[in-house]
Amino acid sequence: MAQRVGLESSLACSEAVRLADADVIAAYPITPQTHIVEHLSELVADGHLDAEFVPVESEHSAMSACIGSAAAGARTFTATSSQGLALMSEVLYIASGMRMPMVMAVANRALSAPISIWNDHSDVMSVRDCGWIQLFCENGQEVMDLTIAAFKITEDPRVMLPVMVNMDGFTLTHVIEPIFIPTPEEVKAYLPPFKPRFRLDPFKPMTFGAVGVPEVYTEHRLQLQDAILASQPVIEEHLAGFAKAFGRTYQPIETHGLDGAETAIVTMGSIGETALTAVEEMQAAGEKVGQIRIRLWRPFPFDRFLEAASKVKTLVIIDRALSFGGAGGPVATELRAILTNKPGAPKTASFIAGLGGRDVTREDFKEMIRSAPEQLASGRSFDFYGAMEG
Amino acid sequence: MATKQSAAEALQDFEKISPKSLPAFEALVHGHRACQGCGEVLAMRQALKAIGEPLIVASATGCMEIITSPYPHTAWAVPWIHVAFENAAAVASGIEAGRKAMLRKGKLDQKEAGTKVVAIAGDGGTADIGIQALSGAMERGHNMVYICLDNEAYMNTGIQRSSSTPFGANTTTSPPGEVSFGQSTEKKDMAAIMAAHGVPYVATASPFYYVDLMNKARKASLVPGPAYLHIYSPCPTGWRSAPDSAVSLSKLAVETKVFPLYEVIDGQYFISRKVKKPKPVEEYLKLQRRFSHLNPAQIAHIQAEVDRKYERLLYLAGEVPEE
Repeated sequence: MAQRVGLESSLACSEAVRLADADVIAAYPITPQTHIVEHLSELVADGHLDAEFVPVESEHSAMSACIGSAAAGARTFTATSSQGLALMSEVLYIASGMRMPMVMAVANRALSAPISIWNDHSDVMSVRDCGWIQLFCENGQEVMDLTIAAFKITEDPRVMLPVMVNMDGFTLTHVIEPIFIPTPEEVKAYLPPFKPRFRLDPFKPMTFGAVGVPEVYTEHRLQLQDAILASQPVIEEHLAGFAKAFGRTYQPIETHGLDGAETAIVTMGSIGETALTAVEEMQAAGEKVGQIRIRLWRPFPFDRFLEAASKVKTLVIIDRALSFGGAGGPVATELRAILTNKPGAPKTASFIAGLGGRDVTREDFKEMIRSAPEQLASGRSFDFYGAMEG
Repeated sequence: MATKQSAAEALQDFEKISPKSLPAFEALVHGHRACQGCGEVLAMRQALKAIGEPLIVASATGCMEIITSPYPHTAWAVPWIHVAFENAAAVASGIEAGRKAMLRKGKLDQKEAGTKVVAIAGDGGTADIGIQALSGAMERGHNMVYICLDNEAYMNTGIQRSSSTPFGANTTTSPPGEVSFGQSTEKKDMAAIMAAHGVPYVATASPFYYVDLMNKARKASLVPGPAYLHIYSPCPTGWRSAPDSAVSLSKLAVETKVFPLYEVIDGQYFISRKVKKPKPVEEYLKLQRRFSHLNPAQIAHIQAEVDRKYERLLYLAGEVPEE
């Protein structure tokens, strides 16, 4: 029987890796990811998890070792953040290009300079196009549950793509919440041992990581694109399986109170809970507001998003990263591209908020929702919310 | 806590390979696209023959990776993986760790126990961009053999200098010019760096001395924990030497003391081939156009450095009382 205990979200992530019976964890410490790998080290040191903990000398080597481990056929996990994710960047693209199943927790944190250990999404957005499946958690229970589901997804022979589980640094990773911890038996029933389709088998030699000459490179990249698009129904299948096994339901796109709403605020990650509180207070005051939450960022669930977006007249999109010199926040830029030429598509207002750990409060969300009509009327593409003048 | 077997203990009953007992096994087979007369592919083939099956190889980006794996072809008869340039040691760490955990947990058949994990990189992938990953893997003590195939420059990208390029050599990024004589720095001593890590088995080898090379490769594979082989790998294309010069250069490099052959077992130095009557370095240099611009003073400097380093090696091996 699952127990509900007060647990830090980072530890929930580690406990999920224990329950998944991972074989290898290769990781390098970086704030605010450290609690995840510290707890995993303890679990290994105490014999609660029979795994090799490889204390690598950098994140670049962490991801490289993870590829070696996954290619050997082992269930593989790592965790990082910010500069560490940036240092890994080269190898992330190779992990997906080589179709290596593994799970990585990313404790989302701002990128330098100036150095900041606090939360935003500039780290993950810098590797947005790396070919990984990317999930965003809103709370500690999601951290636990999506980490378990991520192993199921990544190891499915129809998928064979690495999965990144994003959790906001500090504001989620370091928060203690009541969390249901499934039993090892329950997890084992949902997640049987990893049976790799291909591995470095000394008795069945196979070449991994060959040169892609111009005659094959394009087709290879298209295969990766087809694979990540085709992973969406499999992800949904495994999330449905998770709901059946554990009683908690997760959708690629979550909506709250869209019926009768004219405006929806669009969020990703842990700010969603604060935004929802704001939305509920506005609804109680009679305002026609709802919420759309993006849980699955890659592959982007186009169908689910368009279905949700079609219910409202205006989207207020919150970004926690910026494309310097570009069209604004990456989420808003992308959603606008998706809505282009769609009949009846809602108008889109865009706000960049909460960079480098700046709090975004309920009142801030209300203010952004209420000032959206002014932004739309002005013709501005986006606004920085809450930045000091000068 | 279990005490680990030392390299010397592991090699106590070592059965030497002789010219009559050369292993028939081949990890690298026909169909690769190495240049005519490539000394590096020869060195790699010899080493892997001696290490033997079962075997998994992780290669860094570089000549040996490019020439053996243009999809849909492969010259590898063993499981082989290439990930990137600087991380062969880290990839091999992951393979080793994954297999260790899976064997312990009963997820791999016991017949796979004893599989050797070998990482291979060039001098750039070892001494420059890969030195961090290599240092980490060696320090952590993964049971692997790391082979540096040293052809003394970035040959795959077009003969650019590395930290392993010898003093005076002409490369495309250390060209001699009006105010330059080529590479202005001394060659980085990777074997010493590995010995300083406490790697239980470190050795240098040269393909002309193929029996010695094979014995060192096999010893490296038998030692528990990490082992490091630094193999001299002549590149006629990059060294501007005759296409048939790789083998003779790999003899001359030893005879001139330019590339001494030795082992470091549990920190103790052993010279494999003492050079009693060394040939002058000039004989070695003159066969390679990468050195053809050097003047007598520069050649004398190289000779003096070669002598000094060899004396130091003799001292480390306890062959002479003082430096």
